[in-house]
Amino acid sequence: MNEYKKVLLDPLFNNNPIALQVLGICSALAVTTKLDTSAVMILAVIFVAAFSNLSVSLVRNHLPSSVRILVEMTIIASMVIVADEFIQAFAYDISKQLSVFVSLIITNCIILGRTEAFALKNPPLISMMDGIGNALGYGVVLLFVGFCRELFGSGKLFGMPVLALNTEGGWYVPNGMMLLSPSAFILIGLFIWAVRTWKPEQVEED
Amino acid sequence: MVEHYLNLFLTSVFIENLALAFFLGMCTFLAISKEVTTSFGLGIAVVVVQSITIPVNNLIFQNLLREDALAWAGLEGVNLTFLGAVTYIGVIASMVQILEMTLDKFVPKLYNALGIFLPLITVNCAILGGSLFMVERNYNFGESVVYGFGSGVGWALAIVGLAGIREKMKYSNVPPGLRGLGITFIVVGLMAMAFMLFSGVQL
Repeated sequence: MNEYKKVLLDPLFNNNPIALQVLGICSALAVTTKLDTSAVMILAVIFVAAFSNLSVSLVRNHLPSSVRILVEMTIIASMVIVADEFIQAFAYDISKQLSVFVSLIITNCIILGRTEAFALKNPPLISMMDGIGNALGYGVVLLFVGFCRELFGSGKLFGMPVLALNTEGGWYVPNGMMLLSPSAFILIGLFIWAVRTWKPEQVEED
Repeated sequence: MVEHYLNLFLTSVFIENLALAFFLGMCTFLAISKEVTTSFGLGIAVVVVQSITIPVNNLIFQNLLREDALAWAGLEGVNLTFLGAVTYIGVIASMVQILEMTLDKFVPKLYNALGIFLPLITVNCAILGGSLFMVERNYNFGESVVYGFGSGVGWALAIVGLAGIREKMKYSNVPPGLRGLGITFIVVGLMAMAFMLFSGVQL
C-alpha cells in the first residue's frame, strides 16, 4: 500500500513532471488564462495518462521493443481522441477555448515519458497510479498558474467575480499582462524558485 | 495575392510565433537551447520538417478527411475529421523517417550535423500544433505551404535567440533556486514580451 501512495504522491512536489523533469510544458502554459479551462485540461490529462499507462502495461510482455514507440503513440492517440470527443460532446464552449490543445496531449511528453519509463517495466495497477500521480503533479502547476492569471488578470475565480473591478465601480484595476503569454512563463519560473527554495536538493549545479 | 501570402508569412513568423505566443515545442525549446550552434541545427531541421508536413497534411485533410471530401469515391456525407490527430502524427512520424533516410543517402553532411535532433522532431508539439492550426483555420494548399515555412522560421528564430541569451547568462550570478530551469522560464517570458510588441503591427 505504501508503494502505491509513494508512486501517487511523489510527483506532486518531490519529482514534479514540469518543475523537475521538464516534461509537458507546452500545454501547461497555453490553457491557463482561466481556471475552468485548466481544470478540464487536467481531467483530460489524468484520464489519458492513467489509461495509456494501464493499457501499455497490460501489453508490455507481448511488445517487441522495435515497434514499441509506434504502439504507445497509437494507444495514446486513441485515448486522446476519446477525451477530445467527450469534451466536445459535454463541454462545447470549453472545447472551443482549448482549441488544438486537447489533441496536443498526444505529443505531451509526460504521457509518452511515463509509458516509456514506468509502464513498460511495471504491473498494470501501479502503472495506472503512476500515470494519475504524474498528471496530478502537472495539475498542481496548472492550477497555481491558472489561479494567479485569472485572479489578477480578470479579478475572477472559475468565472465568479472575486475582486471588484474598477470598470464596474470597484477598486481593483485588472492587470492585463496576466492574460498574455509572457506572464505564464514568469509564473512558472517563480513556482520553480519557490519549490526549490523549499526543497534545496532540487537546485541545479550550473 | 502576393501581399496576402507575404502577410501570412510575417504573421506566422513574428506575431503568431509558435514558441513564444502559443508555447509549442517547449520541451525541446528549453532542453536544447544551451548553445547557439546546436540550436541553429535544430531550427533548420524544424523548418524543413514543418514545410513538408503541413502541406502534406493539408492535402490529406482537404481530399480525404473533410466532410464530404470522399464524394469523388462515391461516399457522400462521410466525415472522417475525428481521425485527424492519428493521421497527422502518422504522417509526421513517417515524413521524419523518410527525411532521415534521404538526408543520410544524399546529404550525409547535413545528416551528421542534425544527428539526434531529427528523430526527436516527431514528438515536438510545434510540428503537430502547426498541422492542427492549419486545419482549424482552414488554409488552402498555397497558404499551408507559406504557413508551414513561416511557422518553422519563427520557431527557429526564437530558439536561436534564447540560446544566445543563455550563452551570455553563464557569466551572471543567478540566485541558487532559480539556476537552470527557473531563470530560463523567466528569460523566455521576457522574450515573449518583446515579441508581443509586434502584435499591434498592421500589414
